[in-house]
Amino acid sequence: MIAERQTRVLNNVQAINEALDLALERDPRVVVFGEDVGTMGGVFRASDGLQQKYGEQRVFDTPLAESGIVGFGIGLAMAGLRPVAEIQFAGFLYPALDQILSHLGRMRHRTRGRFSIPMVIRAPYGGGVKTPEQHADSPEAILAHVPGVKVVIPSSPERAKGLLLAAIEDPDPVFFLEAIKLYRGVKAEVPEGYYTLPLGRARVVREGDAASLFCYGGMVEVCQKAAEVAAREGVELEIVDLETLVPLDTETIFASVQKTGRAVVVYEAMRTGGFGAEVAARIAEEALDYLQAPIVRVAGWDAPYPPFSAVENYYRPDAKRVLEAVRKVLTH
Amino acid sequence: MHSQFRITNKAHMARGWAKLSNVDTVQYLDDQGKPLREIPLSNEELLKGYRALRRARYFDERAVLLQRQGRLGVYPPFRGQEAAQVGVALCLKADHDWLLPSYRESAAALTFGMPIHKLILSWRADPAGWGAPPDVNMVQFYIPIATQIPQAAGVAHAQRLLGKDAVAAVFIGDGGTSEGDFHEGLNFASVFEAPLLVVVQNNGWAISVPTHKQMKVKRIAQRAQGYGIPGVVVDGNDLVAVWSVAKEAVERARRGEGPTLIEALTYRIAPHTTSDDPSRYRSEEATREWEKRDPILRMRNCLVHLGLWGEEAEAQLTEALEREFEAELALADQAREPKPWEIVEQVYAEMQRDQKAAWSYLRGEA
Repeated sequence: MIAERQTRVLNNVQAINEALDLALERDPRVVVFGEDVGTMGGVFRASDGLQQKYGEQRVFDTPLAESGIVGFGIGLAMAGLRPVAEIQFAGFLYPALDQILSHLGRMRHRTRGRFSIPMVIRAPYGGGVKTPEQHADSPEAILAHVPGVKVVIPSSPERAKGLLLAAIEDPDPVFFLEAIKLYRGVKAEVPEGYYTLPLGRARVVREGDAASLFCYGGMVEVCQKAAEVAAREGVELEIVDLETLVPLDTETIFASVQKTGRAVVVYEAMRTGGFGAEVAARIAEEALDYLQAPIVRVAGWDAPYPPFSAVENYYRPDAKRVLEAVRKVLTH
Repeated sequence: MHSQFRITNKAHMARGWAKLSNVDTVQYLDDQGKPLREIPLSNEELLKGYRALRRARYFDERAVLLQRQGRLGVYPPFRGQEAAQVGVALCLKADHDWLLPSYRESAAALTFGMPIHKLILSWRADPAGWGAPPDVNMVQFYIPIATQIPQAAGVAHAQRLLGKDAVAAVFIGDGGTSEGDFHEGLNFASVFEAPLLVVVQNNGWAISVPTHKQMKVKRIAQRAQGYGIPGVVVDGNDLVAVWSVAKEAVERARRGEGPTLIEALTYRIAPHTTSDDPSRYRSEEATREWEKRDPILRMRNCLVHLGLWGEEAEAQLTEALEREFEAELALADQAREPKPWEIVEQVYAEMQRDQKAAWSYLRGEA
């Protein structure tokens, strides 16, 4: 049992580093690579010390070319390895979209199972830390729209470690998006040793009966702040951390909607066509009868993410905007 | 044997600065098939090579006919390019090495070890044809352009990480070299010294766009210099030349000396696909000229010249090819129609909620 293990306080980057370390140790087929991943240990230090420990064949730097990284990884996977690639920022995934859309999630299908791609692509995503232009994108909806891939977005160090190890064990390609804001912003107890947490399950991180907040990654923290404020006014909000966007745990979502009758979906990507739209659509299709108010989305505006630090906080949803949405669904 | 790549300084190579490799075209047969110099292949190999060429041509001709009868989907013929593909595939072992072909490479696939009925099914867009048999390391024909190059670099590099001496061969056309993935893949292969053959079939056309509108370099193989790897130009209609060049590249790769870029000069005699109408963009004068350099005719003349082949052998071969194809076609025709619910199978290793729901619906159960 994980609950009975010794724990240590780690931040998200440390938890991810520990997961990579354990995966490399446990499975000789695992290779970790990307831009600045080897000698330097990654721009966020996620692979810190791993090349020194496992050598240049297992942990290595690649040329600066994202399509090459993903394509190369697909090849490694077809030949029997377990590649774990890092794309330096999720906003840099775009050059690799042909590899992702045409091959990554399609190889099992187009070869009728002869080849599969058990590959993990990790990428830091999202805003809130005053990064330069293109460094704060949240492209999860684009990735969730690719058949044959899974999309996982953890929100805490304990979850990040166990989910990453599960993603590496998974027989299919998994995108593992890590909120930059949480890399060092959150520290928590993390069980020691190797453990996996199941993909494809949402979890209720705060129970309440007034309304449900559906969120993931960097927005979980924001929703928790909103829920604390609401609680002071006697309003108990339920928070559901989706954690895996594909495959989506609709049962947990519908159960929460059934309980509260009100749904607010929070995501930091641009609103139109964002993954929250999918969540809202699923609720509307299958859980409409439970609703006592229209579903409200809180998301980034329909504009590029602003790289200007002074206005960044007006783009990324915060507790204030979440509470405005809560008020809306409660007063409908 | 004298290296056809004229690599003189391996230490120099290792630092990533290859000398401009041979941009003269490697050729062993003249246009009529008469040996120009000593042939580096055994008589047995020459006969094997000729049979493989004829087998490929026979497949192509039958495939085009099947398409015309409505018994095959859209099909990209390779007529005239047999030697460029067969010569490479003959150097590879299907259960050890790897082949990553683009859609034009049915001849390479066939020679590598893909059963004919699988190829027919594949060009019928029948899922039963999509997966190579377990002992044939071929990835299903690539439809997007150049995406296979970085993947082939990965497959090849994996062989080294796994401690195998296997190599990968990847095919692309002249048009495909304009894609970014061609560059990224070659650069990765070079940096990781991956045991890879990148074979460019320069057949003069990217559908309707001629090579001179595609690039300003004289020879695609010259681009190898930009990656610090050897590049070699070979007469793609000369099986002896392609085979011996590919052999050397495979040996280099197995020895851990990294990738080779091979440009095979050939010509797309046929339309781009069975749906294409070349009269919209080219006259067939050049086609007539290239037909005189037909790879099969040249190889047959070579065999005749060496006293290895005659009318009787030819007739026997034709009969054997016919028999084989008919049996394989019958196998393909026996394949059951794909079921609608197979659409959502093989998306993930285990069907997820959404696929399960669709699967039940398509089976009429929900």
